[in-house]
Amino acid sequence: MKTSSYYTLFVALGLLFASCKKDNYKAPSSTFSGRLVYQGEPINVGFNDVYFELWEPGWGKSSAIPMSVSQDGAFSALLFNGHYKVIIPASQGPFRSLSDKTTNTDTMLLTVSGNIKQDIEVMPYYMIRSPKFTTTGKELTATFRAEKIIKDVNARDIEKVALYVCKTQFVNPANSIKSKEVSAADIADPANISLQLTIPDVVPLQKTVFARVAIKIAGVEDMLYSPVQEINL
Amino acid sequence: MKKSLLYIGLCIFALNTGCNDKDFLNVPPSNVLQNEQLWNDEGLILSVLADLYDRYPDRQTDPNNGIPSMVTQTIDNWAEFARFDEAFASENGQYWRHSSREYNYVFPGMIVAGNIEITYWDYAYIRELNIFIDKCATSTKLKQEVKDRFIAEARYLRASVYFEEVKRVGGVPLILQPLEYDYKGDPAYLQHARAKESEIYDFVISEMDSIKKYVPASPVSKTRVTAGLAQATKIRAALYAGSIAKHGVTTPQVSLPGGEVGIPSSMAAKYYTTALQTAQELIGSGSYSLYKKNADNVTQNFVSLFIDKGANPEVIFAKDYKLQSGRVQPWTLWSQPRSNAEEQQGGRLNPSLNLVQSFELLDNSFAPLPVKTAGGDYIYYNDPQDLFANRDPRLAATVILPGTEFKDKKVDIWAGYIKKDGSIVTGSNFGAKAKLDGVNDVQVVGFDGPVNNLEFSAQTGFIVRKYMDPTVGSGRIGTQSEVWWIRYRYAEVLLNAAEAAFELGQAGVAADYINQVRERAGFKTPLTAAQITFGRIVHERKVELAFEGHEFWDMKRWRLAHIIWNGRNTDLTLTPGDETAVSTRVFGLWPYKIYDPGSPNNGKYVFKQILPGAVTAPHEFRLGNYYGFIMDDIRNNNPKIVKNPNQ
Repeated sequence: MKTSSYYTLFVALGLLFASCKKDNYKAPSSTFSGRLVYQGEPINVGFNDVYFELWEPGWGKSSAIPMSVSQDGAFSALLFNGHYKVIIPASQGPFRSLSDKTTNTDTMLLTVSGNIKQDIEVMPYYMIRSPKFTTTGKELTATFRAEKIIKDVNARDIEKVALYVCKTQFVNPANSIKSKEVSAADIADPANISLQLTIPDVVPLQKTVFARVAIKIAGVEDMLYSPVQEINL
Repeated sequence: MKKSLLYIGLCIFALNTGCNDKDFLNVPPSNVLQNEQLWNDEGLILSVLADLYDRYPDRQTDPNNGIPSMVTQTIDNWAEFARFDEAFASENGQYWRHSSREYNYVFPGMIVAGNIEITYWDYAYIRELNIFIDKCATSTKLKQEVKDRFIAEARYLRASVYFEEVKRVGGVPLILQPLEYDYKGDPAYLQHARAKESEIYDFVISEMDSIKKYVPASPVSKTRVTAGLAQATKIRAALYAGSIAKHGVTTPQVSLPGGEVGIPSSMAAKYYTTALQTAQELIGSGSYSLYKKNADNVTQNFVSLFIDKGANPEVIFAKDYKLQSGRVQPWTLWSQPRSNAEEQQGGRLNPSLNLVQSFELLDNSFAPLPVKTAGGDYIYYNDPQDLFANRDPRLAATVILPGTEFKDKKVDIWAGYIKKDGSIVTGSNFGAKAKLDGVNDVQVVGFDGPVNNLEFSAQTGFIVRKYMDPTVGSGRIGTQSEVWWIRYRYAEVLLNAAEAAFELGQAGVAADYINQVRERAGFKTPLTAAQITFGRIVHERKVELAFEGHEFWDMKRWRLAHIIWNGRNTDLTLTPGDETAVSTRVFGLWPYKIYDPGSPNNGKYVFKQILPGAVTAPHEFRLGNYYGFIMDDIRNNNPKIVKNPNQ
């Protein structure tokens, strides 16, 4: 009796451990990465502001894979090998998406097979050129040049320029501990914009803070930023 | 053995000889009502209709039982009032409302099984209403006027759903017949494209016109459709459409080329005229009037307006509740002041300082609350109520202020003692005790708080009063409250009329309507026509209709939402009358007692403006939030549906 119950137990244990595999698909393993660029230079955007969509047709019901663009314009995703369509929604980003040369639409075709690295060229309304951050004591001065890139009928004006200071490297108006916003009317020369502010005391004390300048383009929701600059206090 | 063979044989025999009479098998079921039974019985139809009324698009249901629950501000969904800047949610599970920056694109949608918020796309309800309208018309035994009234009521509900759809997602397919699939494999004939936004508003307006003659002309019911309600809905719809047409100009991105979103500005005047004319008809009919039963005490009058269910002349349409019927609401239970709560809970909905300071002074001017002198010193008050002296009497009727009473007991809202050297002595629980200047066990916090991050304490220093039921038992879980939820009331009609008149350039007419509301509220000096500005209209709606679920829709249709909730870390505005003032975070105002024996200020109150600890992110209403996201599965099922802009 005792032996048979042991046998039962062992058989039961064996069954438990030998059950089927958890999943019959391998996890996606191909990386698609790159940056949003204009003539090879990355477009810096706000944290969690800009995304674009990947569609994989052929699966009946279609649903977009959202691709978040990080602050320095980079993106990456783990995907299954296959044929994808890349669409940047018209409302996204401080830029216009270029129409694709093969499809002649806003849709870009992408074949993923193994890891691929591919930048996406877009047409920004403006570029922030040579941003400089200088401090004297607690006084922070940022200077930059706003270069107008789109000059045809699609051109848009600057609504305002801004300087944000944050405790972390995620610099945007929501996280800022201090900001300075100047509306377009008060900008004398877009080629030489200068913004000043006094960095407030950081609680708890930090050795550095992070700053960015940004351009808000009239009628475009997402702002164009400079790269994040760490500032020693 | 032989015996059992016999029995088996008998059984087979019995089975084989069952009757072959057709009538015998055609027994009418005893547990389901047949079409001809149902649609010829007035009482049964009324109960079907009651269920349809119950699903009016502000319902709060258990979504796991099949009917989606609405994400909306209503009396049994207190926390949704803390979504924007009217209030703070003092409950551990609700702090996310103040720490998440962005609103989902599907917001405001509906909640389905699994507590997932999806697009408000309520075609299941619309289908049932369409079936009701179809089947009720086939009835042969009902009196014509009874039948007409039932159908008109269902058509009202259907138009209300489309109104709600157009508010949330813009133009939607206008389906007015129950659709049937023919099982031939091609569902294309069931796929309808989205109507224009203006077409849905036109539909609502024209439905209200045509059902008006079939429903009672006088306000015999506050919970069923009457002619007055049809008019009030028409006014609201026309005003919404007009303001989208007019103010949509400022956000040209929020539109679609096919007109599914966005209304051409050329149509604004037409809609405003419809709204104003209909309002004048309704006002002229004399069916409704402002509630003035307590004319000698304007604050109490404004409190009673919401809780008095006996011959209330102001209410046009309400969702009613009844004690001991299973239909009660927990508004008072949830937000009753903790100091005299009937359960170990309450204090949840804390009006924000943003809202409190928007109540103007009795001389019709705006000012922040005077808590500090120009020199930066505190202003000392003998009684915390003195800070709010000479303010709009609606303030004390909308908000339980420190030092005022609820259920005949003074609330106990104060955050601690401030000593002479400026140090603060406080505690971390309701009515906490501490050592003060060598004396042990001195109470150092009010029994209502405020204490940061302590749920159920008045974390902004205020508690909501509107709709709070002063009846004994209203705060008990087992009893709760039967105060009704007013969906349409006469003061809103007056404000709608004022806005339409103002937008049509008739400032004098607008002043007349707005002054009626203000005079009832307790203002002695009427506004002149020249004083009526757009900001005045925005402001008046904000304070008169606070906690009635209007703010969000108003800010949306005025295209102000992305301006005032712009995602910036902005301090509280110093100009509360400014309609474009940024209000992304909810602020509070905490009373402190001064502990300085020997000084004349000892025991007096001072106030500190604070940001509740749970408020960690500013709200950002993005352009893509103006019209809710239509989810992929809807568009997969019907490729004719176009996406909403900016998402």
